[in-house]
Amino acid sequence: MIKIDAQNVDFYYGSFHALKNISMQIEANTSVAFIGPSGCGKSTFLRLFNRMNDLIPDTRLEGKIFIDGHNIYDKGVKVDTLRKDVGMVFQKPNPFPKTIFENVAYGLRVNGVKDKDYIEETVIKSLKQVVLWDEVKDKLKDSAFALSGGQQQRLCIARALAISPSILLMDEPTSALDPISTSKIEDLVHELKKDYTIVIVTHNMQQAARVSDKTGYFYLGELIEYGETRKIFTNPEKESTQNYITGRFG
Amino acid sequence: MRKFFEKLVEGGLLISGSVSSLTILLIVVFLFKEAGGLFNTPSTEEGYVLAVHNTNEVAKLSPEQLMDIFDGNITNWKEIGGNDVEILPFRLSDLTNYYSEEELGSEFQYVPQKISELIGKEPGIIAFFPEQYLLQEHFQGKVLPTQNITPSEFFGGTKWYPTATPAPIFGLIPLLLGTLLVSIGAIVLSLPFGLAVAIYMAEIANHRMRDFLKPIIELLAGIPSVVYGFFGLVVIVPLIQKTFDLPVGETAFAGSVVLAIMALPTIITVAEDAMRTTPRAMKEASLALGATQWQTIYKVIIPYSISGITSAVVLGIGRAIGETMAVLMVTGNAAVIPTSFFEPVRTIPATIAAELGEAPAGGAHYEALFLLGVVLFLITLLLSISVEYISSKRKI
Ligand SMILES: Nc1ncnc2c1ncn2[C@@H]1O[C@H](COP(=O)(O)OP(=O)(O)O)[C@@H](O)[C@H]1O
Ligand SMILES: [Mg+2]
Repeated sequence: MIKIDAQNVDFYYGSFHALKNISMQIEANTSVAFIGPSGCGKSTFLRLFNRMNDLIPDTRLEGKIFIDGHNIYDKGVKVDTLRKDVGMVFQKPNPFPKTIFENVAYGLRVNGVKDKDYIEETVIKSLKQVVLWDEVKDKLKDSAFALSGGQQQRLCIARALAISPSILLMDEPTSALDPISTSKIEDLVHELKKDYTIVIVTHNMQQAARVSDKTGYFYLGELIEYGETRKIFTNPEKESTQNYITGRFG
Repeated sequence: MRKFFEKLVEGGLLISGSVSSLTILLIVVFLFKEAGGLFNTPSTEEGYVLAVHNTNEVAKLSPEQLMDIFDGNITNWKEIGGNDVEILPFRLSDLTNYYSEEELGSEFQYVPQKISELIGKEPGIIAFFPEQYLLQEHFQGKVLPTQNITPSEFFGGTKWYPTATPAPIFGLIPLLLGTLLVSIGAIVLSLPFGLAVAIYMAEIANHRMRDFLKPIIELLAGIPSVVYGFFGLVVIVPLIQKTFDLPVGETAFAGSVVLAIMALPTIITVAEDAMRTTPRAMKEASLALGATQWQTIYKVIIPYSISGITSAVVLGIGRAIGETMAVLMVTGNAAVIPTSFFEPVRTIPATIAAELGEAPAGGAHYEALFLLGVVLFLITLLLSISVEYISSKRKI
């Protein structure tokens, strides 16, 4: 089943042409990695899926992006409803200046959930999902800032999962973390793939190879190659891809 | 050479830092020193005495009682704990009602005898006269001991008559209430509006709108308060008088409105700057969870910038409480305990500004005004400490 279907997407920051005629299909309950050198447009493309780029003034989109068969840029689409279904984890852990509990409960609260028991259940479930529960169960009332960077990032993932999205976008989620935290999050992605569609931007080639079913290689705003991760890493069709993954540049 | 200059700059900074801290300290010390003298000052005018008949049992009279006696509001000694005798207030100028000029002598040399004689004759008399006319020997009356002004008279006093004779009355309460009423009114008016504009400028307005508004608001902060007062006097006061159908428009409410307008630019700019410090990542995290822009503003941006917002509030309130000129011009300056927003009131700063010029240095009035300054200083100090405390508690 096709979950995300981008058709001939062009994106402009002012007059800067950041994405050039990109088409890509992402299947449900798979994980897809975006790789490519810095500034090639991975984040820009990712942020189109939850319309995060709407916040940047003076930008323009051409083409269509369908999620579950609906064009998310249609006039009638409510952005906050879309974002409930498309969760996002950012490059740097960005918890709110609230307690650990309230960080995870935030998404439920802003979506009008009032049922206390349900909120508590969901918070616990989400923290267990990201394997953080045992570490924080005694300090749910502490500030989220008291956690380590890796814990904060898992908290941010739990926060995104609490509102039960069907898609999880991750923009270099481990680039600010140590190797142990990184591997914990990679394990998590493996686990989550069963229930969610995951799109992960990464700088780290091994990470892409480890966590993704398919990989897209971007270069200068173009999608150069997109296919099975194993094939991209062992037998890419384009020379540019070959050069990048063998580390000749980027 | 470079090293030498660095040392020079360092020394310069150290000196200017210590000089300015020292200056502030000196101002505070000076304020407290001048103000503290009030409670060592006799409550009656210096160089004057109060005398009563020998049989009079009343030994102590407060400034307020004295004023009531000489104004004719208290007419019998029994009202203030004495015998049932009609009170006869007597001032030096009344002497010619009792004695002819010949009797007093060509050079008034017999005045002391005559005053003494009069006091001996009238059981209900209370006489107020210069000490030089007090008969040294065989005085036929009782001189009331001089009392100092007490803290309870000042802090609990409900009247402010600094030039009353025989005893001026320095009661803090009407001025304090006037100040609080005007300031609280100003805050209630300016805070919601100021924060709303700050939110609009920080989060909603596009950058062109913001670039247009920001300099205007900063300009407003620079207008001298006299100009605001003048504007209040010509525009707001008549408007209030007409709208609420009042006998006079110079009211506490007019003061609040003018102060609110004055405090707005401060509240807006400081609060807006604070909200702008909210990291983009924090806002994006909230929006990415499906929060609306408004939810993001009041659940993330405001809590994140709460300490900056509280300093905006403190600066705004501080300006409101300490502001003098504009308030002096529009509040009507009646030093009475206010019972509503639509009555003339008088604030502490306005009182200091209006009266310091006519209060002789070192006198009771002068010291009382300094004590008002101390009270004002303590109010603002207390305010910033408590707000500081609250905002430090809010952060988790
Ligand atoms: N807000 C923005 N305004 C203007 N240009 C931007 C903005 N964000 C990104 N860009 C530009 O778009 C290009 C793609 O950026 P990005 O998607 O962040 O790259 P990547 O995530 O692959 O490193 C870069 O050249 C970058 O400079
Ligand atoms: Mg990026």
